[in-house]
Amino acid sequence: MRRLTVTGILVLVFALVAAACGGGGTTTTAAPGTTTPPAEPLKVAMVAPSAVNDLAFSQSMYDALLAVQEEMGGESAMQIAYSDNLFVVDDAAAAIRDYANEGYDLVIAHGSQFGSSLQEIAPDYPDTAFAWGTAGDTFGLSNVFAYEAASEEGGYVEGVMAAALSTSGVLGVIGPIEVGDAARYVNGFVAGATAQNPAIDVKVNYTGSFSDVALAATAANTEIAAGADVLTGTAQMVTGAVGVAKDDNIPWFGTQADQTQLAPSIVVASQVYHWEVVIKQIIDLIDQGTMGGESFVINLANGGEAIAYNPDYSLPDDVKQLAEDTAKGISDGSINPPRPGS
Amino acid sequence: MSEFFSAAALVTTIGAGIRYATSYLYAALGETFGQRSGVLNLGVDGIMLLGAFGAYYVVLETGNLWLALLIAAVVGLVMGLGMAFASVTLQAEQGISGIGFYLFGLGMSDLLFQKLVGTPRPISGFPEIHIPWLSDIPVIGELLFSHSLVVYGAFLLVPIGTYVLNRTAIGLKIRAAGENPAAVDTLGVSVAKVRYGTIMFGSMLAGIGGAALTTELGIFQQNLTAGQGFIAVALVYFGAWRPVGVMYGALLYGLVASIVSQLKTLGIIPRSVSDLASMLPAVITILALVVAVQRERQPAALTKPYQRGG
Amino acid sequence: MEGRKRTNLRLLSLSGSLFPVIAVLAALLIGAIMLLILGADPLKGFGAMIDGAFGGLRELSDTAAKAVPLLLVGVGITIAFRANVINIGGEGQIVLGALFSTGLALLVPNLPGWLLLPGVLIAGFVGGALWGAIPGALKAYFNVNEILSTIMLNIVAVQIMNFLLQGPWMDPAEVERGSRIPQTTRLPHQADLPLLIKNSRLNVGLIIAIVAAVIVYVFLWRMTEGFRIRAVGFNPFASRYAGMQVQHRVVLALTLSGALCGLAGAILVFGSEAHRFVTDGSATGFTGSAGFNGIVAALFGGLHPIGTIPASLLFGALLVGANKLQRVVQVPAALIVALNGLIVVFVVSSAIWKRRLSQRVQLMMSKADDPEAVP
Repeated sequence: MRRLTVTGILVLVFALVAAACGGGGTTTTAAPGTTTPPAEPLKVAMVAPSAVNDLAFSQSMYDALLAVQEEMGGESAMQIAYSDNLFVVDDAAAAIRDYANEGYDLVIAHGSQFGSSLQEIAPDYPDTAFAWGTAGDTFGLSNVFAYEAASEEGGYVEGVMAAALSTSGVLGVIGPIEVGDAARYVNGFVAGATAQNPAIDVKVNYTGSFSDVALAATAANTEIAAGADVLTGTAQMVTGAVGVAKDDNIPWFGTQADQTQLAPSIVVASQVYHWEVVIKQIIDLIDQGTMGGESFVINLANGGEAIAYNPDYSLPDDVKQLAEDTAKGISDGSINPPRPGS
Repeated sequence: MSEFFSAAALVTTIGAGIRYATSYLYAALGETFGQRSGVLNLGVDGIMLLGAFGAYYVVLETGNLWLALLIAAVVGLVMGLGMAFASVTLQAEQGISGIGFYLFGLGMSDLLFQKLVGTPRPISGFPEIHIPWLSDIPVIGELLFSHSLVVYGAFLLVPIGTYVLNRTAIGLKIRAAGENPAAVDTLGVSVAKVRYGTIMFGSMLAGIGGAALTTELGIFQQNLTAGQGFIAVALVYFGAWRPVGVMYGALLYGLVASIVSQLKTLGIIPRSVSDLASMLPAVITILALVVAVQRERQPAALTKPYQRGG
Repeated sequence: MEGRKRTNLRLLSLSGSLFPVIAVLAALLIGAIMLLILGADPLKGFGAMIDGAFGGLRELSDTAAKAVPLLLVGVGITIAFRANVINIGGEGQIVLGALFSTGLALLVPNLPGWLLLPGVLIAGFVGGALWGAIPGALKAYFNVNEILSTIMLNIVAVQIMNFLLQGPWMDPAEVERGSRIPQTTRLPHQADLPLLIKNSRLNVGLIIAIVAAVIVYVFLWRMTEGFRIRAVGFNPFASRYAGMQVQHRVVLALTLSGALCGLAGAILVFGSEAHRFVTDGSATGFTGSAGFNGIVAALFGGLHPIGTIPASLLFGALLVGANKLQRVVQVPAALIVALNGLIVVFVVSSAIWKRRLSQRVQLMMSKADDPEAVP
């Protein structure tokens, strides 16, 4: 009898202490885009198909996570784990499952080929939030977020700039395979260039590989031979094309990450992905108890996409103004780049 | 279609094809020596990658291109030593040990790159050399006489290699080691020494091939070679173990790849069949062999470890 | 000689199977050093490795699931090896098998399960067989070396896959939505490979693979055709007197080896978590290098179809465990690839000691039987 009483008092005391700790402090309505650090660090895991330092797709998400972590207050607020180079879908699926099993709060499957696996995994872990990109489909699951980049928007702006800069009237595009994010960017670029100059000739070369750097260089060479005096491209093999552009002094437009460091003399601008915009929204929703069911798009309007100009490239003022006007037009809806599915 | 046959397009296409072929030509020539002596090295791709990273890192840190070539050669030699030890001394199954070296080179080069360099940073390559007077010849001049020393080096190795194999004592030993190692042994020549030599030499060339690739592209990244080492091995068979044949194979593959790329750019190959077109270099290489029915046999002792008295 | 002595010698010879294990441990030791250099804790890492491979039911089923393509490829390799052919076209043959099986399912999606499921597996078998037969025929009739043709066909297979998945076979939903993810639609449910353990990734593919191993063993050791294949391997010169037979054995060996790889491809698609054919544009992204690692598993198993069963399970454990190591200790995945390579080299190189041991045992056995005889 006495033991129960002692236990009961201890429990009561413990409960009171817990209530005092947990419920205290002022509650502020979080301003849109900022996060209040949780008491325990938020555990975020990322599964990526290429290296996190690829200066393209995977790096863009990794950099975003680092930026959000810093803003939230460092490792004590958010812990990041990642498994990169998981281009084997089955291995990636195992990693996603494992991170969920280990109790990570948010597991990011950063690769469109992972979606179909995620569809099977997510229902098994209702307490884990999953995020999947680049895509817009949450499969109707309540713990899956989806995110994508409207890369056609930055592509359009860069296409406009490229057409304005070109004196030969020929542009060159180097792509991997006509799928996903790559296709969106390229289509946007072509549309923007054509809008700026209906007589423009855009040579598009899909090399057939995401990784063959030498082939990308060859493709760039063929485009220059065909008269292109401005080049662009997407995917991790594109460094080969940048190298060729650098050797021949041809202006380059980049996407997915700021590619200025690859060739500071000829990179004009890059469409940079700021996934932080989406990550922060997702973390906010998780804090409020929503584990998924929403899809996000980064675009020029919400700052998720931005054109990063190379300060060392002397871009004529009128071209830059043209670009900024185009960006504004896209953001307010007056200009319509080709949307997927349209 | 007429755009393809304009002088500018043709020159670029052929020139690009030649440059594309350079790196795996080095590797293929090296592999020729190894196979002629009876050893198959499927790890060429991994050795190319390690050599490429070595060269890249040296250029990044010192800017010295020749030092970079040297380091790449040394890296190749070291990897060759390992491969020789596994294949000759330990008599490991050659095809498979090669795959092991490939995976090791692939992973190690990427790991070193991630830890020592981080994000891809550009390097400069070997400058184009314009051979005086010859490079002024219209069309041919730009096509043949305006490449970098690295490119010329690969093609110069062809006659040098042919001469060494066919007209020198060491070449005789190499060929004999590949055809009849027992006879070589009876004559007091160490089969093991010959094979160690050819494997290390071949790997050295593979490393240089990697250096050629990274300096040509001006960058390094994960899996830079994208399988070129395997193409190099395949070309040895195409060339019937003769350096000249290997060169033709390398040029065939490179030129087809380049032509396909040019046709894609010009829109002559529509985007809908872009991927099917990408397989043409491989298909045409096979077809070329089918058409030119080979009579050459492979070295009799190829892939068979040699055991004294056994 | 006395029964006990003979048994002891047999046991000694069997202990030769330990050499590959020692080789793996040696490679892992180097891996531990690399972990230390990277600032990671090797003990924690290897603990994670064991945990990742064997730590629970889910882990064990992951290991077994990983072993299935290795086993099938490995068994195919044992056939090829006996005919003195090395089949490095496994990657392409797996892809072709996957493509054939997917194609069938897309062609007749409404077929009942009892027809469709075996159908897609057979289609996979056929697809891989084709991709093995082509190099075989090229060798037999045109003297085109099989190493060249298999390397080239690996490249071709990837491009066929890319063409189909970003073109005619792309999920109509993807086309409509415009996101253009290179994958097929969700394949017919009745073709899903039944799971052996609920909520795991382990499906009947394991049973199929083990049965295939047994069938191949019976074929190679107990049937005339199989015996002939083995004979070619042992003494190609003697067999050559029998005429063009040798080349036909080579074609058959490559075809069968390819067929088993194709079957693995079908299992990879219809047993996958996603139940679709998804690509990232490369072969390895789909196969996980099973085309190469399967060769190692075969060697690990002494190039014997039955030996390949435990060998592929162990190798699968290594691969699964290594991925867990990467996650727990947070080292770059590149280290795992390099480690994979080291393990392959060490295992392959250790075969010499196993051979020497069994040779010595043979010698001792024959000496004991007849001390006067000259060996």
